[in-house]
Amino acid sequence: MKESTIMKIHYGTALASVGLVAVHILMRLTTGFADSLSYENVLANYQSVPYVIMLELILILLAVHGFNGLRVILLELKQGRVYEKAVSYGSMVGMIVLIGYGSRTIIMTNMGMT
Amino acid sequence: MAQVSSIADEQASTPLSSPKSIVLRISKFNPKLDESSKFMEFTVPYQKWTTVLEAILDVKKHFDHSVAVRYSCRQATCGSCGMMINGKPKLACFTKISELDSDVVTVEPMNNFPVIRDLTVGFEKLFEKHQKIQPYLIRDDSELESDEREFLQSPQEVEQYIQFANCIKCGLCNSACPTMATDSSFVGPQALAQAYRYVADSRDKGKDTRLNIIDESHGIWRCHFAGSCSQVCPKGVDPAMGIQFLRGYLLGFRS
Repeated sequence: MKESTIMKIHYGTALASVGLVAVHILMRLTTGFADSLSYENVLANYQSVPYVIMLELILILLAVHGFNGLRVILLELKQGRVYEKAVSYGSMVGMIVLIGYGSRTIIMTNMGMT
Repeated sequence: MAQVSSIADEQASTPLSSPKSIVLRISKFNPKLDESSKFMEFTVPYQKWTTVLEAILDVKKHFDHSVAVRYSCRQATCGSCGMMINGKPKLACFTKISELDSDVVTVEPMNNFPVIRDLTVGFEKLFEKHQKIQPYLIRDDSELESDEREFLQSPQEVEQYIQFANCIKCGLCNSACPTMATDSSFVGPQALAQAYRYVADSRDKGKDTRLNIIDESHGIWRCHFAGSCSQVCPKGVDPAMGIQFLRGYLLGFRS
Protein backbone atom coordinates (compact mmCIF):
# COMPACT_ATOMS: atom_id res chain seq x y z
CA MET A 1 0.00 0.00 0.00
CA LYS A 2 1.23 3.49 -0.83
CA GLU A 3 2.45 5.55 2.12
CA SER A 4 0.05 8.37 1.17
CA THR A 5 -2.89 5.96 1.38
CA ILE A 6 -1.71 4.75 4.80
CA MET A 7 -1.37 8.34 5.99
CA LYS A 8 -4.83 9.24 4.69
CA ILE A 9 -6.17 6.36 6.78
CA HIS A 10 -4.02 7.57 9.69
CA TYR A 11 -5.44 11.11 9.56
CA GLY A 12 -8.97 9.87 8.91
CA THR A 13 -8.94 7.48 11.87
CA ALA A 14 -7.59 10.27 14.10
CA LEU A 15 -10.41 12.65 13.16
CA ALA A 16 -13.10 10.01 13.43
CA SER A 17 -11.73 8.84 16.80
CA VAL A 18 -11.88 12.34 18.22
CA GLY A 19 -15.56 12.58 17.23
CA LEU A 20 -16.57 9.16 18.51
CA VAL A 21 -14.54 9.35 21.74
CA ALA A 22 -16.20 12.72 22.41
CA VAL A 23 -19.61 11.04 22.07
CA HIS A 24 -18.38 8.19 24.28
CA ILE A 25 -17.29 10.63 27.03
CA LEU A 26 -20.48 12.66 26.72
CA MET A 27 -22.44 9.43 27.28
CA ARG A 28 -20.61 9.09 30.63
CA LEU A 29 -22.14 12.40 31.67
CA THR A 30 -25.75 11.31 31.11
CA THR A 31 -25.93 9.46 34.42
CA GLY A 32 -23.17 11.22 36.31
CA PHE A 33 -19.56 10.31 35.63
CA ALA A 34 -18.97 8.07 38.67
CA ASP A 35 -22.29 6.21 38.33
CA SER A 36 -21.78 5.61 34.64
CA LEU A 37 -18.63 3.63 35.42
CA SER A 38 -20.25 1.31 37.95
CA TYR A 39 -20.12 -2.36 36.97
CA GLU A 40 -23.84 -2.73 36.28
CA ASN A 41 -24.11 0.43 34.24
CA VAL A 42 -21.12 -0.50 32.11
CA LEU A 43 -22.66 -3.92 31.40
CA ALA A 44 -25.99 -2.24 30.61
CA ASN A 45 -24.27 -0.06 28.01
CA TYR A 46 -23.28 -3.17 26.10
CA GLN A 47 -26.92 -4.13 25.65
CA SER A 48 -27.53 -1.13 23.42
CA VAL A 49 -26.68 -2.18 19.85
CA PRO A 50 -25.92 1.37 18.54
CA TYR A 51 -23.59 1.92 21.50
CA VAL A 52 -21.88 -1.43 20.92
CA ILE A 53 -21.37 -0.52 17.27
CA MET A 54 -19.83 2.77 18.36
CA LEU A 55 -17.49 0.99 20.79
CA GLU A 56 -16.46 -1.43 18.08
CA LEU A 57 -15.77 1.48 15.71
CA ILE A 58 -13.69 3.27 18.36
CA LEU A 59 -11.74 0.08 18.93
CA ILE A 60 -11.00 -0.34 15.22
CA LEU A 61 -10.15 3.35 14.67
CA LEU A 62 -7.83 3.58 17.66
CA ALA A 63 -6.16 0.25 16.91
CA VAL A 64 -5.47 1.23 13.27
CA HIS A 65 -4.29 4.72 14.22
CA GLY A 66 -2.26 3.60 17.22
CA PHE A 67 -0.45 0.74 15.56
CA ASN A 68 0.34 2.78 12.48
CA GLY A 69 1.69 5.50 14.78
CA LEU A 70 3.82 2.91 16.52
CA ARG A 71 5.05 1.64 13.13
CA VAL A 72 6.07 5.18 12.12
CA ILE A 73 7.91 5.78 15.40
CA LEU A 74 9.76 2.48 15.12
CA LEU A 75 10.69 3.12 11.47
CA GLU A 76 12.21 6.45 12.46
CA LEU A 77 14.05 4.89 15.36
CA LYS A 78 16.04 2.37 13.36
CA GLN A 79 16.44 1.41 9.71
CA GLY A 80 17.15 -1.82 7.87
CA ARG A 81 15.26 -4.05 5.45
CA VAL A 82 14.56 -6.92 7.83
CA TYR A 83 13.81 -4.61 10.75
CA GLU A 84 11.38 -2.53 8.71
CA LYS A 85 9.52 -5.58 7.44
CA ALA A 86 9.31 -6.96 10.98
CA VAL A 87 7.96 -3.63 12.24
CA SER A 88 5.37 -3.35 9.47
CA TYR A 89 4.08 -6.91 9.75
CA GLY A 90 4.38 -6.87 13.55
CA SER A 91 2.22 -3.74 13.75
CA MET A 92 -0.37 -5.31 11.48
CA VAL A 93 -0.48 -8.49 13.55
CA GLY A 94 -0.68 -6.48 16.78
CA MET A 95 -3.54 -4.45 15.35
CA ILE A 96 -5.49 -7.54 14.27
CA VAL A 97 -4.93 -9.27 17.62
CA LEU A 98 -6.10 -6.20 19.56
CA ILE A 99 -9.20 -5.75 17.39
CA GLY A 100 -9.95 -9.46 17.66
CA TYR A 101 -9.59 -9.55 21.43
CA GLY A 102 -11.54 -6.30 21.90
CA SER A 103 -14.32 -7.45 19.58
CA ARG A 104 -14.54 -10.73 21.48
CA THR A 105 -15.02 -8.79 24.73
CA ILE A 106 -17.66 -6.51 23.18
CA ILE A 107 -19.60 -9.38 21.58
CA MET A 108 -19.46 -11.63 24.66
CA THR A 109 -20.63 -8.82 26.93
CA ASN A 110 -23.41 -7.93 24.52
CA MET A 111 -24.54 -11.55 24.60
CA GLY A 112 -24.52 -11.52 28.39
CA MET A 113 -21.54 -13.86 28.74
CA THR A 114 -19.78 -12.04 31.59
CA MET B 1 49.85 19.67 1.61
CA ALA B 2 50.15 22.13 -1.30
CA GLN B 3 46.68 23.43 -0.52
CA VAL B 4 47.58 24.00 3.12
CA SER B 5 50.62 26.08 2.22
CA SER B 6 48.68 28.18 -0.29
CA ILE B 7 46.05 28.96 2.32
CA ALA B 8 48.78 29.77 4.81
CA ASP B 9 50.30 32.23 2.34
CA GLU B 10 47.06 34.19 2.11
CA GLN B 11 46.82 37.59 3.72
CA ALA B 12 45.26 37.43 7.19
CA SER B 13 41.83 39.03 7.05
CA THR B 14 42.22 40.62 10.47
CA PRO B 15 45.41 42.20 11.79
CA LEU B 16 46.64 40.44 14.90
CA SER B 17 46.84 43.82 16.61
CA SER B 18 43.02 44.09 16.49
CA PRO B 19 41.78 45.19 19.93
CA LYS B 20 38.85 42.74 20.13
CA SER B 21 39.29 39.01 20.31
CA ILE B 22 37.27 35.86 20.87
CA VAL B 23 38.08 32.32 21.86
CA LEU B 24 37.49 30.11 18.85
CA ARG B 25 36.86 26.49 19.81
CA ILE B 26 37.37 24.19 16.86
CA SER B 27 36.25 20.57 16.90
CA LYS B 28 39.09 18.27 15.86
CA PHE B 29 38.25 14.76 14.78
CA ASN B 30 39.74 12.31 12.36
CA PRO B 31 37.48 9.23 12.18
CA LYS B 32 40.40 7.11 10.96
CA LEU B 33 42.56 7.90 14.00
CA ASP B 34 40.43 9.31 16.81
CA GLU B 35 37.78 7.65 18.93
CA SER B 36 36.04 10.90 19.77
CA SER B 37 36.26 14.56 18.90
CA LYS B 38 38.11 17.10 21.01
CA PHE B 39 38.12 20.88 20.99
CA MET B 40 41.13 23.08 20.43
CA GLU B 41 40.92 26.67 21.60
CA PHE B 42 42.50 29.67 19.91
CA THR B 43 42.33 33.34 20.76
CA VAL B 44 41.54 35.11 17.53
CA PRO B 45 41.37 38.88 16.91
CA TYR B 46 38.38 40.14 14.98
CA GLN B 47 36.81 43.25 13.53
CA LYS B 48 33.16 44.13 13.05
CA TRP B 49 33.19 42.52 9.61
CA THR B 50 35.22 39.40 10.37
CA THR B 51 33.38 36.20 9.51
CA VAL B 52 33.73 32.87 11.27
CA LEU B 53 35.36 31.46 8.13
CA GLU B 54 37.97 34.21 8.18
CA ALA B 55 38.67 33.47 11.84
CA ILE B 56 39.13 29.77 11.05
CA LEU B 57 41.45 30.62 8.17
CA ASP B 58 43.43 32.90 10.51
CA VAL B 59 43.81 29.94 12.86
CA LYS B 60 45.03 27.84 9.93
CA LYS B 61 47.52 30.54 8.99
CA HIS B 62 48.89 31.38 12.43
CA PHE B 63 48.27 28.45 14.76
CA ASP B 64 47.30 25.14 13.25
CA HIS B 65 47.62 24.33 9.55
CA SER B 66 45.96 20.97 10.05
CA VAL B 67 42.43 22.30 10.68
CA ALA B 68 40.26 20.78 7.94
CA VAL B 69 37.62 23.15 6.57
CA ARG B 70 35.91 23.24 3.19
CA TYR B 71 35.20 26.59 1.57
CA SER B 72 35.22 28.21 -1.81
CA CYS B 73 33.28 31.34 -2.75
CA ARG B 74 33.20 33.12 0.64
CA GLN B 75 29.91 34.80 -0.35
CA ALA B 76 27.18 32.27 0.51
CA THR B 77 26.90 31.00 -3.03
CA CYS B 78 28.80 27.72 -3.20
CA GLY B 79 27.34 26.13 -0.04
CA SER B 80 30.65 24.59 1.00
CA CYS B 81 31.32 26.01 4.46
CA GLY B 82 28.26 24.85 6.40
CA MET B 83 29.04 24.00 10.03
CA MET B 84 27.61 24.19 13.52
CA ILE B 85 28.43 27.62 14.91
CA ASN B 86 27.58 27.94 18.59
CA GLY B 87 25.23 24.99 18.20
CA LYS B 88 23.34 26.19 15.12
CA PRO B 89 23.92 25.18 11.51
CA LYS B 90 25.21 28.21 9.60
CA LEU B 91 27.48 29.12 6.71
CA ALA B 92 30.83 30.18 8.18
CA CYS B 93 31.37 32.71 5.39
CA PHE B 94 27.97 34.29 6.02
CA THR B 95 28.21 34.56 9.81
CA LYS B 96 29.99 37.52 11.33
CA ILE B 97 31.63 36.98 14.70
CA SER B 98 30.26 40.32 15.91
CA GLU B 99 26.67 39.22 15.33
CA LEU B 100 27.11 36.09 17.46
CA ASP B 101 27.30 38.26 20.56
CA SER B 102 29.57 35.82 22.39
CA ASP B 103 33.17 35.82 23.61
CA VAL B 104 33.46 32.14 22.78
CA VAL B 105 32.65 30.80 19.32
CA THR B 106 32.41 27.03 19.00
CA VAL B 107 32.59 25.48 15.55
CA GLU B 108 31.74 21.83 14.91
CA PRO B 109 30.94 19.74 11.85
CA MET B 110 27.30 19.72 10.73
CA ASN B 111 24.98 17.24 12.42
CA ASN B 112 23.44 14.37 10.44
CA PHE B 113 26.44 14.08 8.08
CA PRO B 114 29.44 11.74 8.25
CA VAL B 115 32.57 13.60 9.35
CA ILE B 116 35.51 13.41 6.94
CA ARG B 117 37.80 15.38 9.23
CA ASP B 118 37.40 18.27 11.69
CA LEU B 119 34.80 20.62 10.17
CA THR B 120 34.47 18.83 6.84
CA VAL B 121 31.55 16.48 6.26
CA GLY B 122 30.63 14.10 3.45
CA PHE B 123 27.89 15.25 1.07
CA GLU B 124 27.44 11.96 -0.82
CA LYS B 125 24.05 11.14 0.72
CA LEU B 126 22.80 14.70 0.28
CA PHE B 127 23.61 14.63 -3.43
CA GLU B 128 22.30 11.08 -3.79
CA LYS B 129 18.92 12.11 -2.35
CA HIS B 130 18.94 15.30 -4.40
CA GLN B 131 19.46 13.28 -7.60
CA LYS B 132 16.82 10.77 -6.55
CA ILE B 133 14.01 13.33 -6.92
CA GLN B 134 15.07 14.02 -10.54
CA PRO B 135 16.03 17.69 -10.18
CA TYR B 136 15.53 18.72 -13.80
CA LEU B 137 12.64 19.56 -16.11
CA ILE B 138 10.86 16.47 -17.37
CA ARG B 139 8.96 16.90 -20.64
CA ASP B 140 8.03 14.70 -23.56
CA ASP B 141 8.64 17.52 -26.03
CA SER B 142 12.21 18.17 -25.04
CA GLU B 143 12.87 19.64 -28.44
CA LEU B 144 11.50 23.12 -29.03
CA GLU B 145 8.86 23.68 -31.69
CA SER B 146 9.94 25.43 -34.87
CA ASP B 147 9.42 29.09 -33.97
CA GLU B 148 9.77 28.83 -30.19
CA ARG B 149 12.96 29.92 -28.54
CA GLU B 150 12.10 29.12 -24.96
CA PHE B 151 9.42 27.69 -22.69
CA LEU B 152 7.59 30.86 -21.74
CA GLN B 153 6.31 31.49 -18.21
CA SER B 154 4.31 34.29 -16.71
CA PRO B 155 5.71 36.14 -13.66
CA GLN B 156 3.01 34.43 -11.56
CA GLU B 157 4.20 31.00 -12.73
CA VAL B 158 7.80 31.88 -11.86
CA GLU B 159 6.66 33.11 -8.44
CA GLN B 160 5.38 29.60 -7.64
CA TYR B 161 8.86 28.08 -7.42
CA ILE B 162 11.53 30.79 -7.64
CA GLN B 163 12.47 30.87 -3.95
CA PHE B 164 13.10 27.12 -4.05
CA ALA B 165 15.47 27.62 -6.99
CA ASN B 166 17.75 29.58 -4.63
CA CYS B 167 18.89 26.37 -2.90
CA ILE B 168 22.70 26.13 -2.87
CA LYS B 169 22.84 22.54 -1.55
CA CYS B 170 24.76 23.58 1.57
CA GLY B 171 23.01 20.90 3.66
CA LEU B 172 22.16 23.21 6.59
CA CYS B 173 18.47 22.23 6.41
CA ASN B 174 19.32 18.53 6.57
CA SER B 175 21.65 19.23 9.47
CA ALA B 176 18.90 21.02 11.41
CA CYS B 177 16.21 18.42 10.66
CA PRO B 178 15.25 16.41 13.79
CA THR B 179 13.93 13.52 11.68
CA MET B 180 17.27 13.15 9.88
CA ALA B 181 18.95 12.81 13.28
CA THR B 182 17.30 9.43 13.81
CA ASP B 183 16.13 8.34 10.34
CA SER B 184 19.15 8.09 8.08
CA SER B 185 16.94 6.92 5.20
CA PHE B 186 14.68 9.99 5.33
CA VAL B 187 14.84 11.84 2.02
CA GLY B 188 15.31 15.14 3.86
CA PRO B 189 14.14 18.74 3.53
CA GLN B 190 16.69 19.67 0.86
CA ALA B 191 15.53 17.02 -1.60
CA LEU B 192 11.86 17.56 -0.76
CA ALA B 193 12.16 21.32 -1.32
CA GLN B 194 13.77 20.60 -4.67
CA ALA B 195 11.02 18.13 -5.53
CA TYR B 196 8.53 20.94 -4.95
CA ARG B 197 10.68 23.36 -6.96
CA TYR B 198 10.18 21.19 -10.08
CA VAL B 199 6.62 20.06 -9.33
CA ALA B 200 5.57 23.72 -9.07
CA ASP B 201 7.34 24.66 -12.30
CA SER B 202 4.76 25.12 -15.08
CA ARG B 203 7.28 23.87 -17.67
CA ASP B 204 7.72 20.55 -15.90
CA LYS B 205 5.57 17.48 -16.63
CA GLY B 206 7.16 15.07 -14.14
CA LYS B 207 4.88 15.76 -11.19
CA ASP B 208 3.49 12.23 -10.88
CA THR B 209 6.93 10.64 -11.18
CA ARG B 210 8.33 12.83 -8.40
CA LEU B 211 5.32 12.40 -6.15
CA ASN B 212 5.73 8.64 -6.50
CA ILE B 213 9.40 8.89 -5.55
CA ILE B 214 8.73 10.81 -2.34
CA ASP B 215 5.62 8.82 -1.41
CA GLU B 216 7.43 6.00 0.41
CA SER B 217 8.02 4.92 3.99
CA HIS B 218 11.06 7.20 4.44
CA GLY B 219 9.70 9.91 2.18
CA ILE B 220 7.68 13.05 2.71
CA TRP B 221 5.41 11.64 5.44
CA ARG B 222 8.25 11.37 7.93
CA CYS B 223 8.49 15.17 8.16
CA HIS B 224 7.19 16.37 11.54
CA PHE B 225 6.99 19.99 10.45
CA ALA B 226 9.46 21.18 13.09
CA GLY B 227 10.33 23.98 10.68
CA SER B 228 14.01 24.14 11.68
CA CYS B 229 15.01 23.60 8.04
CA SER B 230 13.38 26.87 7.03
CA GLN B 231 14.84 28.69 10.02
CA VAL B 232 18.46 27.88 9.15
CA CYS B 233 18.38 28.32 5.36
CA PRO B 234 20.86 31.09 4.46
CA LYS B 235 19.12 31.73 1.13
CA GLY B 236 15.61 32.25 2.44
CA VAL B 237 14.24 28.99 1.04
CA ASP B 238 11.31 27.61 3.04
CA PRO B 239 11.55 23.81 2.71
CA ALA B 240 8.90 23.26 5.40
CA MET B 241 6.37 25.16 3.29
CA GLY B 242 7.36 23.26 0.15
CA ILE B 243 6.86 19.97 2.01
CA GLN B 244 3.36 21.02 3.09
CA PHE B 245 2.51 21.97 -0.50
CA LEU B 246 3.75 18.58 -1.70
CA ARG B 247 1.58 16.89 0.92
CA GLY B 248 -1.31 18.90 -0.47
CA TYR B 249 -0.76 17.24 -3.86
CA LEU B 250 -0.59 13.78 -2.30
CA LEU B 251 -3.70 14.32 -0.17
CA GLY B 252 -5.64 15.70 -3.12
CA PHE B 253 -5.92 19.31 -1.92
CA ARG B 254 -3.80 20.59 -4.80
CA SER B 255 -3.64 19.50 -8.40
